Amino acid sequence: MSLLEIKNLTVSFDTAAGPFMAVQGIDLSIEPREVLAIVGESGSGKSVSMLAVMGLLPNTATVKADRMAFDGVDLLKLSPSERRKIVGKDISMIFQEPIASLNPCFTVGFQIEEVLRFHMGMDRAQRRARAIELMKLVGIADPEDRLSSFPHQMSGGQCQRVMIAIAIACNPKLLIADEPTTALDVTIQKQILDLLVSLQAKYGMGLIMITHNMGVVAETADRVIVQYKGRKMEEADVLSLFESPKSNYTRALLSALPENAVGDRLPTVSDMLFEPAPSAGNKAGAGASA
Amino acid sequence: MTNEGPATVEAATVVKPQDARLQMFAEFWHYFSINKGAVIGLFVFALLILVAIFAPLLAPHSPDDQFRDFFLTPPAWQEGGNAQFLLGTDAVGRDMLSRLIYGSRFSLAIGFVVVTTALVSGVILGLLAGYCRGWVDTLIMRIMDIILAFPSLLLALVLVAVLGPGLVNAMIAIAFVLQPHFARLTRAAVMAEKNREYVVSAKVAGASHLRLMLVTILPNCIAPLIVQATLSFSNAILEAAALGFLGMGAQPPTPEWGTMLAEAREFILRAWWVVTFPGLAILITVFAINLIGDGLRDALDPKLKRS
Amino acid sequence: MSTTVLEGKNIVRDYHIGGGLFTGPRTVHAVKGVSFKVDKGKTLAIVGESGCGKSTLARIITLIDPATSGDLFIDGNKVDIARGGLAREMRRKVQIVFQNPYGSLNPRQKIGDVLGEPLLINTDKPAAERRDLAMKMLKKVGLGHEHYNRYPHMFSGGQRQRIAIARALMLNPSLLVLDEPVSALDLSVQAQVLNLLADLQDEFQLTYVFISHDLSVVRYIADDVMVMYFGEAVEYGSRDEVFSDPKHSYTRTLFAATPRADVASIKARLAKKKAA
Repeated sequence: MSLLEIKNLTVSFDTAAGPFMAVQGIDLSIEPREVLAIVGESGSGKSVSMLAVMGLLPNTATVKADRMAFDGVDLLKLSPSERRKIVGKDISMIFQEPIASLNPCFTVGFQIEEVLRFHMGMDRAQRRARAIELMKLVGIADPEDRLSSFPHQMSGGQCQRVMIAIAIACNPKLLIADEPTTALDVTIQKQILDLLVSLQAKYGMGLIMITHNMGVVAETADRVIVQYKGRKMEEADVLSLFESPKSNYTRALLSALPENAVGDRLPTVSDMLFEPAPSAGNKAGAGASA
Repeated sequence: MTNEGPATVEAATVVKPQDARLQMFAEFWHYFSINKGAVIGLFVFALLILVAIFAPLLAPHSPDDQFRDFFLTPPAWQEGGNAQFLLGTDAVGRDMLSRLIYGSRFSLAIGFVVVTTALVSGVILGLLAGYCRGWVDTLIMRIMDIILAFPSLLLALVLVAVLGPGLVNAMIAIAFVLQPHFARLTRAAVMAEKNREYVVSAKVAGASHLRLMLVTILPNCIAPLIVQATLSFSNAILEAAALGFLGMGAQPPTPEWGTMLAEAREFILRAWWVVTFPGLAILITVFAINLIGDGLRDALDPKLKRS
Repeated sequence: MSTTVLEGKNIVRDYHIGGGLFTGPRTVHAVKGVSFKVDKGKTLAIVGESGCGKSTLARIITLIDPATSGDLFIDGNKVDIARGGLAREMRRKVQIVFQNPYGSLNPRQKIGDVLGEPLLINTDKPAAERRDLAMKMLKKVGLGHEHYNRYPHMFSGGQRQRIAIARALMLNPSLLVLDEPVSALDLSVQAQVLNLLADLQDEFQLTYVFISHDLSVVRYIADDVMVMYFGEAVEYGSRDEVFSDPKHSYTRTLFAATPRADVASIKARLAKKKAA
């Protein structure tokens, strides 16, 4: 059984100029212990579809789906309070801006323990022990001391580690990472990616990596979904995506990488510009899930 | 390719500049009209402006005409009322309705003059303080802090006492008291904008300090100032009424609402209409303008914008 | 023989942080004695992670901030804005393009005015001529006449970056400082902007100082590369030297950390994963 299964997800936003379709009919599924990467440029709806799963969209958004099931439970039929029990415990998410994601008024130890209290109902001593364990797990030196640090006293990389500690605090079955390394330096990015992948393997979580960076995809994913303007362009395992991309868009994206430059000019997406036909996305999706 | 709404993307391909302005206004109206109260406020305010403009046509009598036979006539629907005086007459037989209608002219004039004066001086001071920083900033802002440290009505009273009572002096005093709010707001906005990259770009292009201040930075600080100006408008009307009530603002027989209240003070128990109607007029006007201010804040504050 | 457009000798920049109530004043050394030299029509890439002083250096080269010490030569003339100010002639020789295309254009200024402003301030060309020049420049960066009267919010990130480049070129500068010009852009747009920069360099014999943290972009565009680490230039040489034989351990760390998107390394990773 799939860990997360989404069929025909559509998300639209009310704006001054009428409804804006951010996601148009995405199918998606992830198995336990799998790393799935969702790749796309800004405006491709890659974050929006995951926020819809988490129920974190603002109320101007309308979410529709034929099916949205997590671990066999239909998320669409749950009441908000039942849903909150799953979100944050069994599904958790980390975001792009680690420093902004932490509350600057509280110590990191308090913020880790808060999750443990809310979802796991641990007592004070248990919470502290678990928080130290988590800090060790995400590779923060001197966890006992660092628990009483405030977010502004830590670097971006350390804050992201704390965010990961909070995200895995309740042993989630699925971790969603929304551009987890975009705001970080290259050397830190490498460390965080290695950490995420090793934690994923160690605890057998499902991991969804949302990113625009093809390098990050290549370094982490098992399977890849390519999105463009709210539609799925292609779904394939990572090797065949890079070896023999099926959709024009993926091909264009890969050839636009500076490291793939041939001659002294880069091929660009507009060189191969095309209008994505609605059927193209569905076909690619159907082909991969069959 | 960026996460903008479809409207802006399409706008970049088809829309002409005039349409673009129109579209910006349409977007503004969309956010403004979400706030129902603001629309009602705007409607009331528009009505008030019309009343002020067409006062001679609307008012049944001249505001200064004294009808010797009709001292303190109650409103028309009450026993002893007279159809000639819809809202009754005051202690010297002047028609309340006509005086209220003419009074709207004074209230609006006070609002406009005070806000314009306070806005212009506050913006200049705030711009200087935020742009120059250093001792200029310290000097200007400490003076503003001192002004703010006084209870505003008390300070206005002192000023009027120094300058002598009268509507113009009252307006100067109120503008002086309201001006620090504009200065502080402008300074904060200027400091936020000053380090934005477009300002540095203009600097690299060789723009002078004056050009940077007035052409580059100032237009981007306008949104919070508009909101503050609206709220100050109602404040100005209130304070002018208060000064009038204390006998330090407009002098009788000017039909200014606050002054009318002051004149009617001794008849409060005998003739409720002489105090109630001017009071209601002030209340409705101030309330309407505050509603508009709230709506403007919703529409202009990018932080509150959804989508 | 090629002419040197930009030369920096021992550039130092210190920031003095004023003491608070309980702490004494401190000095932060943002740039610690960096030297470099760029020839006409070439590109020097400055690589480093956040806080390494590369943006501080960019502001010094663009003559926005003065250096604490050291000599800066532009077209062979010594420039020191701390002493003697800045001649108008010097000002127009160096222009800058910033990273964030959303912050670098004045939201209340039409594109035509954005492009015309440098001419309005620095030259006495009449309005009609300014308009013509702006139109020509729009075309050059791949936009059209119809964009002249629009506001920045109607453009996408890539288009805005084109406008920022156009504005920088309006005064025919000899040196263009590009402070992470493509790192806020999507991959496909990034390629277009990089191509545009290469085209413009060929056409106008422009000299670039290209600040970046992305090694793959640097490898594509640079002639010379300088790697900065905590305010120091730890590695400086031609692109091929630096990429094929990095001397400093930090450079090697940087190379090792850059994610690889080629098929061979994916295969290697998957094989390793299977074995584990």
